[in-house]
Amino acid sequence: MAEAIISMKEVNKWYGKFHVLRNINLDVARGERIVICGPSGSGKSTLIRCINRLEEHQKGHIIVEGTEITNDIRDVEAIRRDVGMVFQHFNLFPHLTVLENLTLGPIWVLKTPKAEAEARAMKYLERVRIAEQASKFPGQLSGGQQQRVAIARSLCMDPKVMLFDEPTSALDPEMVKEVLDVMVGLAEDTGMTMLVVTHEMGFARKVADRVIFMDRGEIIEQNTPDAFFDNPQNERTKLFLSQILH
Amino acid sequence: MTSQANISTPSTELAPSSRLTVWNWLRTQLFSSPFNTLLTILSVWLLFATVPAMVDWFLISSTATAKTSQECREVTGACWSMIVEKHRLILFGVYPYEEQWRPLLATLILVGVIILSGVRRFWNISLVFFWIIALSSVAVLMWGGVFGLTYVENSRWGGLPLTLILSTFGIAFAFPLGVLLALGRRSKMPAIKTLCVVYIELIRGVPLISLLFMSAVMLPLFLPEGVTIDKLLRAQVAIILFAAAYMAETVRGGLQAIPKGQFEGADSLGLTYWQQMRLIVLPQALKIVIPPLVGLFIALFKDTSLVVIIGIFDLTQAAKAALVDQAWRGFSVEVYIFISAIYFLFCYSMSKYSQSLEKRLATEHQR
Repeated sequence: MAEAIISMKEVNKWYGKFHVLRNINLDVARGERIVICGPSGSGKSTLIRCINRLEEHQKGHIIVEGTEITNDIRDVEAIRRDVGMVFQHFNLFPHLTVLENLTLGPIWVLKTPKAEAEARAMKYLERVRIAEQASKFPGQLSGGQQQRVAIARSLCMDPKVMLFDEPTSALDPEMVKEVLDVMVGLAEDTGMTMLVVTHEMGFARKVADRVIFMDRGEIIEQNTPDAFFDNPQNERTKLFLSQILH
Repeated sequence: MTSQANISTPSTELAPSSRLTVWNWLRTQLFSSPFNTLLTILSVWLLFATVPAMVDWFLISSTATAKTSQECREVTGACWSMIVEKHRLILFGVYPYEEQWRPLLATLILVGVIILSGVRRFWNISLVFFWIIALSSVAVLMWGGVFGLTYVENSRWGGLPLTLILSTFGIAFAFPLGVLLALGRRSKMPAIKTLCVVYIELIRGVPLISLLFMSAVMLPLFLPEGVTIDKLLRAQVAIILFAAAYMAETVRGGLQAIPKGQFEGADSLGLTYWQQMRLIVLPQALKIVIPPLVGLFIALFKDTSLVVIIGIFDLTQAAKAALVDQAWRGFSVEVYIFISAIYFLFCYSMSKYSQSLEKRLATEHQR
C-alpha cells in the first residue's frame, strides 16, 4: 500500500456513556477511495467527522498528512485546510451568493486574491455543471444543485482529501444521480482521496477501492467492492446487505 | 404521437375572483357578526366623541400668535405661542443664547450622519471617516474654545443635542459591546463565559436609575483625590453599560437561531473563530434580531431622559425648565406634546427604517 494520508490508530469516542467508536484502526492511502456503510447509529458519520475535528476523539491517534490532531487549534485549522467536507444538509451559507460561498474560504483562509479566487470558483462551477447559477443565493437552488455547489465549495480549497457525509440522503430521488455523477467524475478525473459515507451501493461498486462496513462503533469488515458485495464474510454484513439490496 | 396526445395538458383555470365591492367590504370587514357590529358602532361613537374636540383644541381654537400669556388664556384651545416663546430653551437648554446656532448645527450634523448611515450606498469604509469627521465637528461646535468659538463647559449643554449625543454614543458603543458579550456568553472558555454571564445578569438586575445614581454619587468616592471624571461622561458610560447587557441577550437569541450546520460548514473550510463570527454567523444572526434590536435602540433613546435625576439637562429636563417661568405658567400640556412629538419623530423613523431594512434583506436572500 502506498503512503498513508490518513492514519487512525486505536481511536475511541464516547457520547456520555455511549461508546460510539471502538478501537478504530484505519489507514487511507493517497488517492484511495473508500465507501463506508453500515446501519444508522453505527458511528460511520462520527468516524469521518473525527478526521477534521468536527467531533473530538477521546482516545487513540489520528494523523492527517503527518499532523496529529490535538487540542492545538492551529493544527486543527491546518488540517481543515487540507480536508474538504460535504455534508448531508449542504451547509451552504444562505446570506451569500453561490460565488461568494465558493470564494469565501480561498480569500480568507488561503489568502488568494479575489479575482483569482473567482476565476477558480467559476472553473469548479463549470465542473459541477452549474456555472450559470453563480450569482444566485443557495435558497433559490434545488437540493441537487445546492449539493453540487457544496462540492465545488470544498474543491475551491484545493483539498487533499474529501469527506462526504451521506451526501445524497437528504435529496429527492430524482436529484441523487446528478450529485453522484459529479462525485464519480471527481474520482475518475482527479484521483482525489475520498471517504464517502453512503448507502449508494452502485456508486460503491463503480468507484470504491475499498468498502468498509461498520456496526456498533466497530469496523466489522472491509474488502474490495466486488468481494464485499458478492462474498460478505460476517453475519452482520450479510444481514445489512440483505436489508438494503432487497 | 398517440401516446403524446393522451397526456392532457393541465387546464388553465383561474382562481375565482373575489369581487371587492363597497357593500362586500362593509359586510366582511365591519359587520360580519353581531359582536363585530357592536364593536364597529362603538368605535365610530368613540371617534365622534373625541376627534372634533381634539381638532378644535389643536387647531381651530388654538393660537400661535399671542404675544403674552394673558392673550393665551383667553383662547379655549392650545397655546402654541408658549412653544414659539420657549422653543430655544426647550431645544437647547441653558446653552448661551447667542451661541445656540452651534448646538443647532451639531444636531443637524448628527441627524445627517445618522441618515447617511442608513443608506446602503454608503456602507463601506468611508462611513467610518464620515463619523469621525461628524463627531469631531460636533465636539468642536459644542465645546468650542478653538477657531474663535467661545468655550462652553458641558454642564451648560442641554436639550435635544444632549439627548442625541447620549443616545448616538450610547448605541454606537453599546451595540458592539453587546455583541461581544453575547459571543462571550456562548464561549467555550469558562472564565470568559462566567464573566459575561455575571455582567449581564448583574446589570439586568438593577434599574438604569440606580446605575445613573451610582455613576454620579458612588463612583467619585472610589476615585483617588483630585481625579474627577466628567458627570456627563459618567452618565454616558452608565447608559452604555446598561444597554449593552440587554443587547447581548437579544443578540444571543439570534446566535442561537443559527443552525449547527453553519458552524460546521465554516469549520470545515478552516475559518478561524473570528472569521466565522464576522463572515458567517453574525450577518445571519443580526438580521434575525433586527426588530427586537431596534426596539432596544428606541428604548435607549427614550431612557436617556432618565439622566435628569442626576441633574443633566436633556430634552425632558429642558422642557420642565421652560415650565418654571411664572409668566407662562399653566401651559405644560403644550410643552409636553411638543417634546413628545420630537421623541416620536425620532423613534418612529427608527422603527420605519428597521422595517424597510428587514424587508430589503428578506427579499435579497430569499431563503
